[in-house]
Amino acid sequence: MTSTATRALTTPTPRRRGIHPDAVRTSTSRRRRSSREPRKSIAFTLLMSILVSYSLVPILWLVINATKTQSGLFTSFGLWFDDEFVLLQNIWETLTYRDGIFVRWLGNTLLYVVLGAGGATLLATLAGYGLAKFRFAGRRAVFAVVLGAIAVPGTALAVPTFLMFSQLGLTNTPWAIIIPSLISPFGLYLIWVYAVDSVPTEVLEAARMDGAGEFRTFFTISIRLLAPGIVTVLLFTVVATWNNYFLPLIMLSDPTWYPLTVGLNQWNAQATGAAAQPIYNLVITGSLLTIIPIVVAFLGLQRFWQSGLSAGSVKQ
Amino acid sequence: MTIARTALRRTLAVAATAALAVGALAACATDSGSSAGTGTDLDAALEAGGKLTYWSWTPSAEAQVAAFEKAYPKVDVELVNAGTNTEEYTKLQNAIKAGSGAPDVVQIEYYAMPQFALSDALVDLGEYGLDSLEDDYAASTWGSVNIDGKLVGLPQDSGPMAMFYNKAVFDQFGIAVPTTWDEYIAAAKQLHAADPTKYITSDTGDAGFATSMIWQAGGRPFGIDGTDISVNLADEGTQKWTGVWNQLVEGDLLATTPGWSDEWFKGLADGSIATLPIGAWMPGVLESSVADASGDWRVAPMPTYDGTPVTSENGGGGQSVTKQSKNPALAAAFLRWLNNDPASIEVFLESGGFPSTTADLEDPDFKAFESEYFGGQKINEVLTQASKDVAPGWSYLPYQVFANSIFGDTVGQSYINKADLNEGLADWQSQLVEYGNKQGFSVSE
Repeated sequence: MTSTATRALTTPTPRRRGIHPDAVRTSTSRRRRSSREPRKSIAFTLLMSILVSYSLVPILWLVINATKTQSGLFTSFGLWFDDEFVLLQNIWETLTYRDGIFVRWLGNTLLYVVLGAGGATLLATLAGYGLAKFRFAGRRAVFAVVLGAIAVPGTALAVPTFLMFSQLGLTNTPWAIIIPSLISPFGLYLIWVYAVDSVPTEVLEAARMDGAGEFRTFFTISIRLLAPGIVTVLLFTVVATWNNYFLPLIMLSDPTWYPLTVGLNQWNAQATGAAAQPIYNLVITGSLLTIIPIVVAFLGLQRFWQSGLSAGSVKQ
Repeated sequence: MTIARTALRRTLAVAATAALAVGALAACATDSGSSAGTGTDLDAALEAGGKLTYWSWTPSAEAQVAAFEKAYPKVDVELVNAGTNTEEYTKLQNAIKAGSGAPDVVQIEYYAMPQFALSDALVDLGEYGLDSLEDDYAASTWGSVNIDGKLVGLPQDSGPMAMFYNKAVFDQFGIAVPTTWDEYIAAAKQLHAADPTKYITSDTGDAGFATSMIWQAGGRPFGIDGTDISVNLADEGTQKWTGVWNQLVEGDLLATTPGWSDEWFKGLADGSIATLPIGAWMPGVLESSVADASGDWRVAPMPTYDGTPVTSENGGGGQSVTKQSKNPALAAAFLRWLNNDPASIEVFLESGGFPSTTADLEDPDFKAFESEYFGGQKINEVLTQASKDVAPGWSYLPYQVFANSIFGDTVGQSYINKADLNEGLADWQSQLVEYGNKQGFSVSE
């Protein structure tokens, strides 16, 4: 994921047709390069294949084992199908187990993602843009604080955050998950760095000259130029919130507010100790269902990753 | 996955115990001067009614709460599954540290009870006259909920250790069922030599198992006297256990399947794990989760060192009333019903639990029960005898949850390297001493 994101941001692929001579030059030089047949490296191909199977085999395992019964899991080979194919039955059981708590968890996760990740992206965009394009006192101090905030792992802050929220009486409520999710120092930093280059100050000056207010400039011009950056931040925050585990684990004790991650782990832990009730088939099917939306979000959003949107808008 | 999980557990445990230490020290100052109550107070509380929150992950909790609410319609009990074992303890510890958010009644396993008792988070049930119930419970479980002279919980289940074994495997290879640990080692060798895919048991280093085994061997590595703690994981009993278990670890005679994983259940079903020295609550788990092996398993008393039958507790726990409870009398009344009323215990037994109440342990019907899963064996005869054979005098550390979370990093290394367990235990000990001192206890070795 990270590698794709970085590539999309750092190597602009000129998709816009014939705006700037630079773009043309790039595409011709690229054609020339490709006609020279790049050398194939066996070592790299091998390394890539290993990495691909490293990433895909667990997913393959997940898909295959989601089709097995609880006892089939114990008696059949892990990377192939069992005689019985009960995927649909497993999905049905997952969705209805304990009065459909899984569906509730799915709804919770969506709530946290929409409000948490959506809010985090909005805040990061506004703040990053402001820091990149406006000069004001204390900018450097903010820069230092943001960089420092990136360096502190969220896990280290979880317990202090818990105690603070407990004082506020917010633990065991959805706010305990949403409010901390709103803060994304990394997203802010990313937008900031991205805005410096992708929103030319000259364009803003031109807009001001034509009488547009700052908000109008932001919402009609800058936000479009920032779109690839915003989508990237949105993807990062969506993935982070979707997969958020430690914070909800600490904040919530009532399973009705759990997100999927914590809920699935609770199902998994059910197989331990006295009075164990293993439901591995449901844990596996639930995990499969859990990754589907995130995969869809990824495939859906990645086409918005285009750089060089503003290429040629000003003469430099 | 396992490593990540262990790391996470450790983080949680560190967080939890860090919170504990502050709580423990702060708690000394604030002694709640709640008035002493009696059995009649409890009846009055039930009569008056109210709302309670109960944290539990036991499968029988739901039916028990429903039965309770039916019997006492004025009481409304909200049942919350706040997580299984360590997860729940982390949440409980955090709630205690935060000063709010803890339930009225909470399920705590015996090994974790000292941790919450010594941080003064639990109500002394003696204040409500529940100490008069002593005779109703097996001595081993009663000892586990009496900490520092206070009754901090009522026992629910118990787990006297017994040896579960796959008779089909033993028959197939003509191996006699071991009665001593020497025979156990011999059987391990014989079995693995006859079929290299089969192992006498699986053990990748589990703190709960190791402490129970040390307990059985006569070791008493942990001593608590107020804030004075002693840790000695090289005492005679502990060495007796490592003397046996080293032969299995160093001889590569243990399956390296982590307990409670899907592979482990698979091993129990297909015979590649031939025995399980484990708590008496295991039949319910086998029956519901290893249904394919029905008829294969039997239970025998734990192998002994010198022929004298002696065993220990493995797992099991009870429920406690927290000091945060706004209605401790009602909470105590619910707890008394939950773990002492025959109606509640009946639900518990039906769900496959193993009782801690003497009336049920000595019930002729209970003993005479022929388990179909165990090929008609009267398993409770073996298990109730085990309950009587539990050696007294054991205690866990007041930070056992943390201790167990670092077991894998210390003793677990001996398992991985197939090396002397004593080295791993020494490492565990030094970390436990260091940690305990940091937490404000005075730890001697």
